[in-house]
Amino acid sequence: MFSVVSVVKTSMGQKLKLINNKAGRLVPEMVNGVKSIPFKGVGKYSPNGGKASLPIRACQDYPASGNKVVSSLKEALEKCNIKNGMTISNHHHFRNGDLVMNEVFDTLAKMGKKNLRWFPSASFPCHEPMIRKMENGVIHHIEGSMNGPLGKYASDGKMKGLAVLRSHGGRWQSVQDGEVHIDVAIIAAPTADPFGNCTGDRGPSACGLLGFGLVDSLYADKVIVVTDNLVDFPCIPWQIQGNNVDYVVVLDKVGDPGKIVSGTTQLTKSPDRLYIAELTAKFVKAAGIMKNGFSFQAGAGGTALAFAIYLKEFMIDAEIKARFIRGGSTKYLVEMLEEGLTDYILDGQTFDLEGVRSMRENSCHVNTSPFTSYNWHGKGNFASMLDAVVLGATEVDINFNANVVTHSDGQMLHGIGGWQNCLSSKCTILSIPSFRNRIPIIVDEVTTLVGPGELIDVIVTERGIAINPLREDLIKATKRSGLPIRKIEEIKEEVDDLVGAPLDKPNFTNEVIGVVKWVDGTVLDSIFMAAH
Amino acid sequence: MSEKSYMSGKPEVKSDYCVSYFPANSGELSINIQSKTAILHGSKLNSITEETLLDLGIKNGKISIIDNGGQYFVLKARIEAVIKDAKPKLSRESLPPFKKYTQYNSSRDRFRRSRLYIPGNQAKLMLNAGIHQPDAIILDLEDSVAPSEKDAARLIVRNALRTLDFFGAERMVRINQGKLGLKDLGAVIPHNVHLILVPKVEDANQLKAVNDKIQQIRKDCGRKEPVYLMPILESAKGILNSLEIAKASKNNVAIAIGLEDYTADIGVQRTNQGRESLFARSQVVNAAKSVGIQAIDTVFSDVNDEDGLRASIREAKELGFEGKGCIHPRQIKPIHEEFSPSKTEIEKSKKIVLAFDDAEKRGLGVVSLGSKMIDPPVVKRALQTVDLAIATKLLNKNWKKN
Repeated sequence: MFSVVSVVKTSMGQKLKLINNKAGRLVPEMVNGVKSIPFKGVGKYSPNGGKASLPIRACQDYPASGNKVVSSLKEALEKCNIKNGMTISNHHHFRNGDLVMNEVFDTLAKMGKKNLRWFPSASFPCHEPMIRKMENGVIHHIEGSMNGPLGKYASDGKMKGLAVLRSHGGRWQSVQDGEVHIDVAIIAAPTADPFGNCTGDRGPSACGLLGFGLVDSLYADKVIVVTDNLVDFPCIPWQIQGNNVDYVVVLDKVGDPGKIVSGTTQLTKSPDRLYIAELTAKFVKAAGIMKNGFSFQAGAGGTALAFAIYLKEFMIDAEIKARFIRGGSTKYLVEMLEEGLTDYILDGQTFDLEGVRSMRENSCHVNTSPFTSYNWHGKGNFASMLDAVVLGATEVDINFNANVVTHSDGQMLHGIGGWQNCLSSKCTILSIPSFRNRIPIIVDEVTTLVGPGELIDVIVTERGIAINPLREDLIKATKRSGLPIRKIEEIKEEVDDLVGAPLDKPNFTNEVIGVVKWVDGTVLDSIFMAAH
Repeated sequence: MSEKSYMSGKPEVKSDYCVSYFPANSGELSINIQSKTAILHGSKLNSITEETLLDLGIKNGKISIIDNGGQYFVLKARIEAVIKDAKPKLSRESLPPFKKYTQYNSSRDRFRRSRLYIPGNQAKLMLNAGIHQPDAIILDLEDSVAPSEKDAARLIVRNALRTLDFFGAERMVRINQGKLGLKDLGAVIPHNVHLILVPKVEDANQLKAVNDKIQQIRKDCGRKEPVYLMPILESAKGILNSLEIAKASKNNVAIAIGLEDYTADIGVQRTNQGRESLFARSQVVNAAKSVGIQAIDTVFSDVNDEDGLRASIREAKELGFEGKGCIHPRQIKPIHEEFSPSKTEIEKSKKIVLAFDDAEKRGLGVVSLGSKMIDPPVVKRALQTVDLAIATKLLNKNWKKN
């Protein structure tokens, strides 16, 4: 079915066979030594076989007292019997305030470990020291979203393995179907008890929930909980069950609260973005999506936040109540919950202190995980039930395909997050400026394909709203709305004229530096290194 | 190579350029461009630089450009500014293409409820300004532009007038005072500016000088459409001469008041209540109305205080003002909303207008509604209210048919 099209080298000199996948993109047959399946089309790949299985444990092998506290991180890591080449994972709920993972890899370096695979649910600029670990061979490569400096390092072709970019749901999928085996999971926990029960909703480093770490706790061979707030058993609530935990380590400080959550979530002040947000809310209203019992998801990006605020106004005016809102929660969503505009917040990660407080105090603010929300191998998930979701993108093309991981110059600078998973909602809206600093966002062909156009329904820019021609229902519903609904080609032409497009095309080498996985685990696209 | 060098722009300003020029009388022309997005924009940056230098007739010397993501029309303006700084007598220009969508006209009586000020050297803020649908966009060359940036701003504004789509907003420029202002006119009048705001006008002669210069430039460049004027009164003397100023040119379509300078001039603090400026504002309204032009209020400068803004607009409306300046797009919507007629006003006006139509049809000299006779000024106001309601989409323009 797939024919080998060309053979190229990775940046580190290994030979890779590239094949054309169903989206017409060249993807490697092998990814970091594992045979991969090329993308077969949306909904076309059906996996078979069994899920990953765990070794059988016996409770007699663990302290009957329930006390799993060890004296140091080093002791815990030593007890895990880590071998070179193993996989170390963590959740990213501490975001740019994480103080644990750099220390974990410092300790592993001192222990002389080499060629480890780091498998975070996301990395942040605070993890820049990992570059040194890759240079001196402690870390072989990173599989997880690469934001900022690490993305640049990989973009420059300096990382040994391929970057494997997965969605939040895709990470769960890869663990669950055995594509990635986690040897040791590190779970930084704002509050924990000696048994290993832990929660993110309280403690000096409170981050809200620990949902991204749940799969690690369930599937890793060894699980270490690291906390700076040890409480007597039982830690209530327990978001992670101590029954899956091997060791508990107490550090002075596990996170920098100011960087984990910000006291106030900053609303965008950009008049253009506010305008886009308002237009998005007007669209949701005009399309008839905003009705009693509806649901939507909007993250913490400036435009998405503002969207929620505008929609709230419309909901109050029309006396409409949502059944649930999916977050990234922020104080704005919390206000909607507390003012009775939604029955529930189903929260995937908490972006500010108000979100953390609400999760702690309000039983209608529910913590979720990528399993409930996004997982491919579950018996359904929440994402496809959402009536509308508002997302961003770095590029979209005239066929509504979108990119979130690379920029037009080929630099890989962002992770996928839940973005791909959210595309399965009933109405997927990308709310994006039509250009950024002289770079048009609507292009002929996306640099990297991350979201297939057939799943992207609406693009809202400050210069008009483009509806995917596949969504005749939305086109019809908004025909007489008075909204600036235009053909995507028309908006593109206007912006190209404004910014002086066409731009030069970056020259890509034939060296692959990373791959983008689709939510089902197949390979959707490759990221090639740009020539300098 | 000469030791003297010239510079326009600053190396660290985003969405702009810093252009340096080292003149020479012989030798090759050397161009050096540093850009973080050279991969995407390199060839365009080069070709635009070369084309601009060719237009200006520059064949020698060295040009150094730091690109921080500005629009190309800004690059052209910065290059021209730096060259003209070195060669003040150079009369050649390098004009970007005059885009089709810039070629619309204005009219005397159009609404001027909101007019958005944008500093003339900040092109970034101009790009999407029209999207927020202000009645007018003012590209400012005066107070928001530092003295060192005046020459570059004049050319950036000129190029913006040729390049950007303001989506139907009235195209205004605020020029500088005195001689500098006359120089500004030379750069903008040929490029379809609709209206010139003349700052700190104190007597009729000042305004006449500006108007004379405009007429001369119009003649030279063959511009047919009129250029409207909006004098801004910002001093005690200006306020007392307001009637004379209002009458000074048939191109006057409005008079505006600037309270920051006015309150300083009379030696008082500017307050939100505005008791100190009540006389001046009423004087401006009366001067404007006496010659049949619009009275426009000052800006409300606290962008974050929407309630304060709304209160200030309501007060302005009560005093007889028809518009207000704004310094941020988010002020536009409140201004339009507050200046809009209420539902009751619209309904009442519709009835009067229908009665007026009926009277005209039947050749009656008197308009009456039921048993009540309607005075001509009331009819006039009703017609204005209906126009405003249609313009602000509160009323369908075919309302009479429904």
